[in-house]
Amino acid sequence: MTRPRPVGSESTRRADVVGWVGIVGIVGGLWLAAPAAAGQQPSPPSDHPDIFGLGRPATTGDIEALDIDVMPDGTGLPEGNGTATDGARTWARACRGCHGPEGEGGTAAPVVGRDPNSTRPTVGNYWPYATTLYDYINRAMPRNAPGSLTAPEVYGLVAWILAKNDIITTEAVMDARTLPAVVMPARDRFVRDDRRGGPEVR
Amino acid sequence: MANERIQPQGASAPRRRERLTRRELLAGATGAMGAAAVAPVAGQQSITTTRRAGRGPNEVDQRSRFVTPQRDPSATSSRTPLQDLRGTITPADLHFERHHGGVPDIDPAQYELLIHGMVDRPTVFSLADLQQFPATSRICFLECSGNLRRGTPETLPQMVCGLTSQTEWTGVLLSTVLKEVGADPNATWFLAEGQDAAVMTRSIPMEKAFDDAMIVYAQNGDALMPGNGYPARLLLPGWEGNSSVKWLRRIELAEQPFMTREETSKYTDPLGDGNTVRQFSFVMDARSIVTDPAFPRVIEPGWHEIRGLAWSGRGRITAVDVSADGGTTWQAATLQGPVLPKAHVRFRHRWEWSGEPAEIMSRATDETGYVQPTWEALRAARGPRTRYHQNPITSWTVGDDGRVLFGAERLRS
Repeated sequence: MTRPRPVGSESTRRADVVGWVGIVGIVGGLWLAAPAAAGQQPSPPSDHPDIFGLGRPATTGDIEALDIDVMPDGTGLPEGNGTATDGARTWARACRGCHGPEGEGGTAAPVVGRDPNSTRPTVGNYWPYATTLYDYINRAMPRNAPGSLTAPEVYGLVAWILAKNDIITTEAVMDARTLPAVVMPARDRFVRDDRRGGPEVR
Repeated sequence: MANERIQPQGASAPRRRERLTRRELLAGATGAMGAAAVAPVAGQQSITTTRRAGRGPNEVDQRSRFVTPQRDPSATSSRTPLQDLRGTITPADLHFERHHGGVPDIDPAQYELLIHGMVDRPTVFSLADLQQFPATSRICFLECSGNLRRGTPETLPQMVCGLTSQTEWTGVLLSTVLKEVGADPNATWFLAEGQDAAVMTRSIPMEKAFDDAMIVYAQNGDALMPGNGYPARLLLPGWEGNSSVKWLRRIELAEQPFMTREETSKYTDPLGDGNTVRQFSFVMDARSIVTDPAFPRVIEPGWHEIRGLAWSGRGRITAVDVSADGGTTWQAATLQGPVLPKAHVRFRHRWEWSGEPAEIMSRATDETGYVQPTWEALRAARGPRTRYHQNPITSWTVGDDGRVLFGAERLRS
């Protein structure tokens, strides 16, 4: 499997490449700083050794082979690019059978629609980050051949879906630099869970 | 029709008696007994089985041929037959399934778990490595947050909320493994990723990792079933099932959530203001369901035991109240100990049915003081569009003919 190499911010990935650093001394300090266990099973028992010596060091190759995620800020987006025009061809081949010719939905969910009051969630009304659209299509679509799309094909599909939702123009080129700058209509709809138990129903 | 494939024990019992009677009649006509049996004789079957050696020991036992509990599969999930189970542990082959890209076929010899990101030592663990860590076992429920079907009056407990099951899980505390790789204390979230065709991903707060999260490889003492993550899965006790990522292949520590599709576009709850969407609603609120009497049973006047399950993702169940008059009056049910935190608990309550129409329901309370709400209270709190995390009080109506039907009307509005 040849996945494109991630580009973008290196800072959040630095820990991947520092390698197998010295273990003695660091572990204890880090562990004491960790949040205290709150559950019924305190963790880990204090009689554990600092380290069990299990597993093997992950190589850069190990990580690159699996680290396909794209974060909201675009970290992990690969090289390559695409436009809505490029994406239209891929859509017709790989997506329209389930999601409909215009993204209106079929046997699979609709992806086009801006009405926030619609009961049908779409990319236009219920998807907070353009970057994670790349992540999902790249990892899981199309259903009958997940992981089969190239980076330019995924960028093209992302551009096609965004353009269909009137979020970008059909000429806009989506790549690792432009996609994180796209502001989604549903960006501010999502709020953290505020249920806390107790007598109140939320 | 889906219901016809299911043979609840209550419904199959009369059929069993008929079938044995026919078989005994046949045996009587052709066998040494000679004389035709015109009526069943008490104890006849027990005499028959004493006169012929049964099967010998075998490698793997099976249920009696008269017992055929079945999950109810759809394209994306398969629901536990709650009405056929009498304890709190779900047999592994009846544990519910929900997956987004099918069940992968994983060779344990080639299985690897990568942990990287904000750690001192990015590491690859084999299954044997995970099994060599100090092991721990825990009984807890696992429930899909999409676990409610409102249905019609002819709806089985399995269809109402069969996306909950309970298991004794065995594995290693995630905190033990994170200590091994040197987790950065500044990490606030981790990504859990599966190796199924959905490459399922969820972001999990690190607090859960240091609380009670586990990487498990055994289900009721045996290896995990393929549909439940073989050979290893994440287990987050009390949290929505989707976050306990199966077929776990990768954990990445970070300083922010990854905002994956399954925690934005799915498993989120649009609220009543028409705009905001509640996200990262991990904990499953307290809930209960009466599993007997339930559709399709037909009951006779007299003494019955109202039986069911209650659970809370926030800790222990402290009380289950039962009503037989549609919620006008309530009585405390008996809880079967031990009452474990974040676990299914059996409740039972003796009830004498007069023959008049009745409506049976249960209401769970947990140790935080949370009381399972009515459908109306849930709708008032969240608005009409929330699809996940529904835990309303549900009911069964009993007609004057003894027929038990799901109280679908209670969930109409």
